[in-house]
Amino acid sequence: MNLRRFFSRSQSAPAARERLQVLLAHERASAGGSDLVTKLRDEILRVISKHMQIDDDKVTVRMERGPQVSTLAVDVEIPFDADKKAA
Amino acid sequence: MGKVIVVTSGKGGVGKTTSSAALGAALAQNGEKVVVVDFDVGLRNLDLVMGAERRVVYDLVNVIQGEAKLTQALIRDKRLESLYLLPASQTRDKDNLTADGVEKVIAALKKSFDWVICDSPAGIERGATLAMRHADIAIVVTNPEVSSVRDSDRIIGLLDSKTLKAENGERMEKHLLLTRYDPVRAERGDMLKVDDVLEILSIPLLGIIPESMDVLRASNLGSPVTLADGRSAPAVAYFDAVRRLRGETLAVAVPGEKRGFFGKFFGRKAA
Repeated sequence: MNLRRFFSRSQSAPAARERLQVLLAHERASAGGSDLVTKLRDEILRVISKHMQIDDDKVTVRMERGPQVSTLAVDVEIPFDADKKAA
Repeated sequence: MGKVIVVTSGKGGVGKTTSSAALGAALAQNGEKVVVVDFDVGLRNLDLVMGAERRVVYDLVNVIQGEAKLTQALIRDKRLESLYLLPASQTRDKDNLTADGVEKVIAALKKSFDWVICDSPAGIERGATLAMRHADIAIVVTNPEVSSVRDSDRIIGLLDSKTLKAENGERMEKHLLLTRYDPVRAERGDMLKVDDVLEILSIPLLGIIPESMDVLRASNLGSPVTLADGRSAPAVAYFDAVRRLRGETLAVAVPGEKRGFFGKFFGRKAA
């Protein structure tokens, strides 16, 4: 192994620890069915579908689970005549 | 139409997920459009190894149950734009994987990707048999160690009987990927030799991945080893394996083995 590369490396274990802590915190929460982000996602989609026919291809959901803050982005394309086709 | 690869082994902990991520990334680094599918329902880890664990919205079971569209469940890699991940479900039961559902998902993926890599769970149960069912090519991941070789032999038997290809009377293309190879132990004679494993399993060799800290480091960071450090020994071995998968003929170097001038030309015959 190249010596310079060896010494220039930072430790990877702290990164592993941090990633695991965030992931497990979220997974333990969702095991009890109380994962807020997932709940919000499902409820938001349910509310939207009450007012318009949701075309799955026109909905993008992105989540990013962080240590302090998670983000949920629901992107819905609403057609011009959506209200007329409301289910 | 894309090619479907199953990465399988029977035994757990031999490096299926690491290899699926590394081969997928290496193919994408070569400009191919790749999706890696996690079949380990209930114990997913591919998302973690690929560094996408915080971005999982929907999974394979959601798609099969019709709760999400395939395009919504696919996660695009942040570093490689032609690399995608389809995560397994962490909370659902593996009975949610239906043969019909898997068939539809694979058929759809084949249409839009050059390579569909199915990361099989350990064992020979439903998840493993469904992961291999639609494969065109099987990569059997084996450690140079007795129980792993035995389990690989069992898996090779299943590949030749329980897959669609086998049922249609076609030959399943199988390759051996020898992982966690330790040159020091091999030198001491405490490890099964490459030739021994090849003779026992008698399938062509796709590559030898050396046991390495670089692999551990890469999973700590959530990055396939070919992306984390492309010049490391395991990354080079995965890049070479991918060249062989794409049809190149390339001699397989045994890690730690010193070869003379002639040895370089008359090396081991590759897959």
